[in-house]
This record gives sequence, structure tokens and C-alpha cells, in this order.
Amino acid sequence: MNSNEGLVRNIEYERKFSLKRFLFQWEWLLVLLLVVINLINIRLSPNYWDFDNLMSAIQMFLDKAILVFPMMLVILLGEIDISIASTMALSAVIMGVSYQSGIPMPAAIMISLLIGTVCGLINGVILVKYKELSSMIVTLSTMIIYRGIASIILKDQAVSNFPDWFQYFGWGKIGNIPFILFFFIIEALVFTYLVHKTPFGRKVYAMGNNIVTSRYSGLKNDKIKIIIFTLNGIFAAIAGIFLTSKMGSTRPNIASGYELDVIAMVVLGGVSTSGGKGKVGGVILSIFVIGLLRYGLGLINVPSQTIMIIIGALLVVAVAIPNLKNSLRAFNKMNIFTKK
Amino acid sequence: MKNKRNILYANIREIGLIAVIILLSFFVQYRSGGSFITAENINDILVETAVLAILSVGMMMVIITGGIDLSIGATMALAGMIGTTVLKNNQNLNPLIIIFIAVLVGALCGLINGLLVARLNVLPIIATLGMMNVYRGITYLVSRGSWVLQSDMSKEFMAIATNRFLGINNLIWITIIIYCIGYWFMNYTRKGRQIYAVGNSMESAKVSGIKTKSVLVMVYTLMGLIAGLGGILYVCKYAASQGETATGYEMNVIAACVLGGVSISGGVGKVQGVLLGALLFGALNNALPLMHISPFFQEALRGLIILLSIIINAVIQRRVTKKSLERRSENEQ
Amino acid sequence: MDEIILELNSITKIFPGVKALDNVHFQLRRGEIHALIGENGAGKSTFIKIITGVHEPEGGEIYLNGERVKFKNPREAQEHSIAAIYQHGTCYPYLSVTENIFMGHEKVSKHLKLIKWKEMHKQAKDLLESLGSDIDPRKNMGDLSVAERQIVEIAKAISTNAKIIIMDEPTAALSKRECEQLYAITEKLRDNGASIIFISHRLEDMYRLASRVTVFRDGKYIGTWDVNEISNEKLIAAMVGREITQVFPKKSIKKGEEILRVENLSRTGYFNDISFSLNRGEILALTGLVGAGRTEVCECIFGIEKYNAGKIFFENKEVHIHNPLDAMNLGIGYLPEDRQKQGLFLDWEIYKNETISTLDQFTKAFTLNPKKEQRKAKELSEKISVKAVSVFDKVSSLSGGNQQKVIIAKLLNSDLKVLILDEPTKGVDIGAKAQIYKIISDLAEKGYGIIMVSSEMPEVLGMADRIVVMRNGRISAVINSEEATQELILEAAMKSNTNSNE
Repeated sequence: MNSNEGLVRNIEYERKFSLKRFLFQWEWLLVLLLVVINLINIRLSPNYWDFDNLMSAIQMFLDKAILVFPMMLVILLGEIDISIASTMALSAVIMGVSYQSGIPMPAAIMISLLIGTVCGLINGVILVKYKELSSMIVTLSTMIIYRGIASIILKDQAVSNFPDWFQYFGWGKIGNIPFILFFFIIEALVFTYLVHKTPFGRKVYAMGNNIVTSRYSGLKNDKIKIIIFTLNGIFAAIAGIFLTSKMGSTRPNIASGYELDVIAMVVLGGVSTSGGKGKVGGVILSIFVIGLLRYGLGLINVPSQTIMIIIGALLVVAVAIPNLKNSLRAFNKMNIFTKK
Repeated sequence: MKNKRNILYANIREIGLIAVIILLSFFVQYRSGGSFITAENINDILVETAVLAILSVGMMMVIITGGIDLSIGATMALAGMIGTTVLKNNQNLNPLIIIFIAVLVGALCGLINGLLVARLNVLPIIATLGMMNVYRGITYLVSRGSWVLQSDMSKEFMAIATNRFLGINNLIWITIIIYCIGYWFMNYTRKGRQIYAVGNSMESAKVSGIKTKSVLVMVYTLMGLIAGLGGILYVCKYAASQGETATGYEMNVIAACVLGGVSISGGVGKVQGVLLGALLFGALNNALPLMHISPFFQEALRGLIILLSIIINAVIQRRVTKKSLERRSENEQ
Repeated sequence: MDEIILELNSITKIFPGVKALDNVHFQLRRGEIHALIGENGAGKSTFIKIITGVHEPEGGEIYLNGERVKFKNPREAQEHSIAAIYQHGTCYPYLSVTENIFMGHEKVSKHLKLIKWKEMHKQAKDLLESLGSDIDPRKNMGDLSVAERQIVEIAKAISTNAKIIIMDEPTAALSKRECEQLYAITEKLRDNGASIIFISHRLEDMYRLASRVTVFRDGKYIGTWDVNEISNEKLIAAMVGREITQVFPKKSIKKGEEILRVENLSRTGYFNDISFSLNRGEILALTGLVGAGRTEVCECIFGIEKYNAGKIFFENKEVHIHNPLDAMNLGIGYLPEDRQKQGLFLDWEIYKNETISTLDQFTKAFTLNPKKEQRKAKELSEKISVKAVSVFDKVSSLSGGNQQKVIIAKLLNSDLKVLILDEPTKGVDIGAKAQIYKIISDLAEKGYGIIMVSSEMPEVLGMADRIVVMRNGRISAVINSEEATQELILEAAMKSNTNSNE
């Protein structure tokens, strides 16, 4: 039929700008949500839009936000990690106990980072060595184990007499801007670059899209998986340091329930749980959407348990809506068929 | 003769579990100076483990379909809270009605989970993680921050957990009944076998004409129902209902299932195994304080049990596959 | 006796990019075994899926017992007593054979609707015995061999009282003894009143069992003949349709030095004692029936799976390949068998698919340069004539042949010396096939050593310099192209290479 096709000569290689494609993005919905939430918050509290107030509002959820970027990598892979809050607790507890037993604080901080690394590494290595186990059950069990170890070490006590300068992490400012915000901004920039501009980022998307093809294409799947889970562990330790500094103390049950918020922030940001889809911009927006939503609800004294309900429902809705869209599309296609 | 060997292999896990329970019992008996294997202690173990065992039947069904339910602790709390709140305000109500209300609440929670998983294609872990928080939050709202205490509960209600029938505690009877129903359901009804089918191969199940979505919804609803029952029995036994009730309980249930041979990847699981898994877990829980191991160790131990069980399962499965490959290559010679 | 039980007229089925069936006809008489023969890609599988309700045709009608029928799903076809037996059928690995047979229609007691296990096990045992098999129905399905599972599939079909049974390549992975068993079962089914459509591309199956044969080629209906009225040559000509030499580009063998050699390679349960060598500029065809182990050998060479024994030599030095990256660094590339699941990122653009293995070329200071990627993708795609509008087209929108070319372009971007191509023209239309053959031929001329796994006889005969035939995990014959004939190859693919006391 067309076995004598002429040689193809003019494949386009410059992307044409498509307005439709630009506008129909999930991120715009998030921008809208962000605007709406801010408007409502301003309504609720006239002081809301004051710089200092805004900064303290943001500071409240930034320790969670630190966890969001490495978690995004995990979910991009199509996996999940619910052990991060426990890693936070364990690394913070060990830091506290180390300091208490005479180790200088800077070294204790290093130890905490080491523990976080080890926790993440354990997750990664188990998943790579036993590929038949899902990340769900492995991180479920390590979640229990890590917090359990923290309980064994510190029982129901707290460590609270940290050196004064340790407060700087949670409360310090550079100029007018909280230190933790600086850290967050730098982290956001680094991850944006990592995910969208480096070969590493491309490979993560590849693995999430089709792990078999990734293997056949020569990608080091195992190495990348271990790196990502270890990163999760390291940043969990970092978040633990910030949280401990903010609260001035640490105990085995800190950061309880953090994994819910973090996963919700990632998923609401447009990252699909099946892997391979999502952008950092959306995730950054959704961090602020959820963080400021929480803050706003706090302004009108909504009890924290009700907030729990809202965030939980938000997580479920954020995942369900894209699926609903797909089902509707399939449903429409069927109608076209029967109309014939 | 070959049949006897086959039966041995088919039930090897259960036999192993019984062996471990027996060995553990003797070990603890020795270490604790004789306080483990007593009539009273054994009764304590059974009563303590009753609720866990009941819930494990439900979780088994969910895990067989390849899913998981992290929200059962919250469902237990919610069902218990609503049940006891109604009781608090209507002390004369027949306790069975209270149980019925709790079961209904649980079933509703489970139904929502099931619809999310089956109709909206939300991953079970995400759906139940989110709803866990929703149900827990609602529990707090209903409780308005306060507890429902023993003084709020009628004597008839409290009697459910403390009465004995023919010398055996009610809770143990309820567990036995649930297990009989569970065994009958999973092994002798079509719907029960369809659960296994969906867990073995969703594709094949669809081709066989099974309504896979309905099966999933049913499984989660049943789990919720059982969680409702477990919840009201739990608050009855501990004579208290509050916002934090049963926090983290789902981990115990998952541990019991995994110990009992339920495969997390789905398709495999036996009622007998789950019962033994729950018993072993309950025995361990009882044994630890007797051996002067602090309760703070228990959490880590729980997680370790789950992790080791799934890894050992994986290793055994690899060996089985290797053996069957070797057999295949021998046949080719 | 001559009554027509099933008739399909003018069936057309179109998938995006390809017309799988073009106005085909078929008639099945009551009580006959009717062979449906054709090469890969002839449309047999699609045709079966239409009869069993998996697909709905775009055009044409189906008549069952003279009445017009339309199947919206497999369930409806089943209710009309039509059953299909695939190689990899529906299977519940952790459930018993009995349950696999009866799932969906278990025997239950009248009032309580309890499952009657004893009775079901007994019935299953009877069914299996009636097929001459001694499989224990209480065993788990996952513990059975491929041949045993197939027998269970047949038992399943009988248990639903199917009157029309379709067998899709049932002999593909069977030993000689198992084939005989299957023949006996098939004849018994016919004797018990079923009408059977038997799909195969092995002529011996047809001669042994069928009374009539229909040939499909490239989605078209070629003809129907009585088996004893048509000669072998005419049949092959009908299947192939043209003189084989015309399709393939003429090449001259300029064999270089040895580039790859495997010695006594074994992987328990998959293949045993495989030894062959490959020279530069040579095209080595690796052929055999499905399940012979060809892909598994290639996967071990490429580092996807581990082998248990044997050695691999590259450029005469022993090498240890642990993963695909090792293989690619040496210079071995692989075009996977299932391009959609193993070779492509379907949601991705063409350029991203083509650059994923060689991202280093486009990276400077840890930064990817997408514009450079896109330019290179344009260059690569044009060189092998990928038919697309832009390098931003999603690969899922391309036809099978063009998708294959994208993967080849990806391979060409690496610095390779050996190419392993696994079924390079499966599901590819004629025009693209010819282009791919030209590309392969050019690559051989440039000095690549090429291993081509293929089940398509014409391309094996037309392209290869040497043909390695595998059977049941062993090498059964090595044939030079000058001496190769279809019969020789088929015989090597099917003969048992141990003593015939099986």
C-alpha cells in the first residue's frame, strides 16, 4: 500500500505554544483556590494581610512543607512512604537523648541527620531487595518500628533543655524573613531544578510512567529508588530538627499525623498516585493552599479535630476528582457509540 | 498416603502457628515463674484477644482483595462513641439496640470506603488514610471533647462484656460465632469465593462475569460493619469511650492477619490462619508484661512482626517458585 | 451434518492506525474441526475476540444457528455456548483446579446456596478424566504446568456445555506427547458434539485434526478448502501470498570477526546449554515455537535476568552482565518483544522516548538541554522515516510500525555493536515492515551484529544469514541460510531432541 513512502523530511522540532494547553492545567485551579482562601482569610481577620502575621502563619506549616518535596519524588515513582513522621520522631528523639547524655549539640544534630538517612535507607534497601513487597506495607511496618524505637528510648518523657541558639532553626530570622522560610525557598528552588531540569528528574518520571521500559532502557532503577527513599529520610530528620527547635522540646509522639498532610499536599498539587505525572509548581501552590486553609480555619476557632476531617476529605477528593473526570470521559465516549 | 502429605502441606502455616503458640507458652511459663498457663490467664488472653480476632476476619477479606483499611480504628471509635452517646441519653434502651446502631455506623463508614475504592478508583491506602482522619474527627465532634464513662452506661450494657454463658465470657462466644459465620461465608458461599477470585486476578474475575466493583464495595462495607461491632464491644469492655479510642488499632489487626498467613499482595488467606494469628498476637501481648518487658517495647515489636512476616513470606514464595522451576526443567529432560 | 452452526460475514475491525480485519468471512459446520491458519498478524486473534464478544466489529454480521446475534461482552458469548481456550487463559493461581473450572457457576445446594465441594471436586475429576488427564483437581492452579493448565481450560469449556469451542494456538508450547494428548482430547470433544475452530500456524495440527481449513492473510479472507483437497504448497502460498524473495532487500554477507559468543548458557526452568556465536555484519535469526525460550536467552544476554550457568563472551573477552546498563555499555542493545509494555513510554513525546537511554549526551553541568534533545530526535526520526508531524507527538498516537521505529531510533543513538531485535515486525503493517527490513539490512552492512528473534517464517528465511532453532529451552538445530527451508525449520522447532520414548 504505502511501501514506497518518500523519506520523511520535515518533522517539527520546535514546540508551538498552545493557549488551550496552557490554560487547561491543574495548577490554575490551585491558584484560584489560593486566591479564594486568602480572600476569605482577609475577611475573617483584618490583620491577616500584615507581613509579620503572614510570616508567622506560614511558619506554622513550613516544617511539614519541608517534607513535601522529597515525598513528591516518592509519589512520582508510583510509591508511597508513610513512615516519614516516625522517622522525624526517631531522629529528633535520638538527637535529644544524645545531647542530654553530653554530646555537643552540633554533633547531636549530625547524629539526627544520620538516623534519618539510615531510616530512609532501610526502606529503600528492603524495597529493592524484595521487589514483591509493596512500599505501602513496608513503610507501614517501618512507621510502627521507628516510632516504637523512639518510645523505647524516651518512653513517655521529653527532652527540653536545648541550648539557646538551637531556637534559631525554628524561630530565627534573616532580616524580616524567618530562617525556615529561607530554607524552604532554597529547597523549593533546588527541587524544582532537580525534578524538571536534570536527567535525574527525567528518570524519576520515566520510572513512574513505566518501570519496565525504564529497566530495558538501561536506567538504574534500584539506585534511584534507594536515593529517593533515603532523601525522604534525611529531610524527615531535617524537619524533625526544625520542629524540635520550634517547640523547644522533643518526645516520641511528635509529628503525629504529619504523613496525612504531606501526602495531601503532594496529591492536591497534581501528582498522580499512579506515578509519572505532576509538577513542582502545583505542589508548591498546594502547600500554601492547605497551610493557609488550616490557618484560616484556626482563625475562626474551628477545632483541630474538624480540621482533621477537612484535610482527610480533601486528600480523598483530590485523588478522586481526576478519576471522576476520566470516568466521565469514558462514559461520554460510550454514549457516542450507542448513538450510532 | 499422598493425601495425608498433601493435607499437611496445605495447612502447614496453621500447624506452624500452633507450634509457635505452644512453644511460646512453655517458654513464657518458664520465664515468668508459672503465671502464664493458668486458667485465669488463659481466659484473660482470650477475652483480650476477642475484639482483635473479630476485626481480623474483616481485615482478612479486605487484604485478600489486594487492599488495606487503615480506618478501622477510627471506625471503631466512631461507632463506639455514637453508640455510647445514645446510651448515655437513653439508659433504658436494650443494649442490643445500641450494638445495632454501632454496627450500622460502622457499615456506613465501610460503605464510603468501598465506594471510594471501587467506584472512584482511589488507592485503598489513600482512601482509608484520608477517611481515618475524617471518622476520627467526627468522633471528637460527637464526643465534644468529653468521655463517656462507666457511670453513663447502663448495667445491662456493661454486662455484655462481663457476663458469662456456660462459664465462658460473652466476648469469646461472639468471637466464636463470628468465626463460624466467617468460615462458612468464605468457604461455602459464592460471594465469599468471589472475594478470592477478585484477589487472585481481577481480570479473570471480570471475564468470569463477576461484578468486581460490587465485591469490593461489599468487602469494605463488611469490614466497617465488623469494625462497628468491634468498636462497641471494645468500649463496653473498657467501660470508656473517648476521642482517642482504638487509635492505632488497625496495626494490631494487620499484624494478626499477616501472621496468620494472609498475603498482602492478595488472593491468599484462611480464616483458621487469621484466628491463630490473632491468638498468637494476643498471647504475645499478654506474655510481655509477664516477662517484665515494658509496654514501650510492644509497638516496635508489632512493627517488627509485620515486617519479618512479609519478608519471610517473600523468601518462602521465592523458594517455592524456584522448586517448581527446577521441577519443570527436570520434566523437560 | 452439513448444517452451518456459526457464520460470520464481511467482518471488519479497525483499531487506531490499523485495519485488523478487512471484510472476512467464516463458516463453521456442526460437528467439524475447522482449522484457521495464517501467519502472525493475519488477524486470527482479533477474529476470535470478535466471536467471543471481547471486541465489537465495525462492520459485518454474526449468525448463530441461523439467527443474527450481537455480543456486547464475553458473558453474552458464553451464554450462547461459545467458549475460547487461550494459552494464557483466565486463571486463579491460588485457587484449586476445581474452582478455576467452576468459578462463576459453582454448584450450590438448593436452599441454602452452599457450595457443594465434594460434588464439584468429583465432577472436576470426571471432566479431567474424560479428557484423559490425571490432574488432581484439588491442586492449586498455579502449581500446574502450561500443558496441564490448558487441559483445565478445556475442562472449563466443557463444563459450560459449550457447543462451539475455539482453541487458540493450543499446541504452541507443548511437547510431542502433550500434543498427542491434546489431539485426542480435541477429537473427543468433537465426538461429543462440539464444533471446533482450531487456530494454529502449524500445518501438522491441521492435517491431523481438521476437515476444512480457512486461511487469513493480512486481515483478509483468502479462502476455505477441504483439507484433503489442497496441497501443502498451495496452502503456504495462500498464507504468504507472494514470492518471499521480493519483500526482502538483497544483502551480501560481509561477515566480520566474532563479536558475541555464548557458551553453555543455562537458566533453570527456562533454557539449557545454549551456545552460539555472532559475527559483525551477520544477521542471526533465533526462531522456534512460542515458549521455546528465545526471549529468555536474549534477556539474559541483555542483563534483564540472571543465568545459572555458562559464559558470555564479548569481543572474545569474558563478560559478566548484571543489568541492562552493563550490556549497553558493552555495546549490546535490545528491542523488546512487547513494545508497549517494555519498549516505550506511551504517554511521552517521541523525543523523550528516543533520548531516555542516552541522557548524558544532552546533559551539561547536571542540566538537561531539551532543545538539543528535540533537534537530535528530529534527526534520528527522519533518518529512519518515522511518520509523525512533530517530535512532540505522543508515541501512543503512532502506528505499530512507527512505534517500533522510535525504539530503533533510540537504540541508534547509543554506541552499539550488537542489536537484539525481538519480533521486530510483530503487529506492523506491510509498508512499515519493508522499511524495517531495510533498516536492519543497512545496520548489518554497517557492521552491527544482529540477533533477530522471530516466529515469522518468511522474514527468518529472507533476512537471516544463519538460523538457530530452539525447542523447549534447547538448541535444536543451526541452519545456514543457503540450506534453510520452511520445512527444515519447522521440523527442528517441533521435533523432540531426546529419544522419542516420551
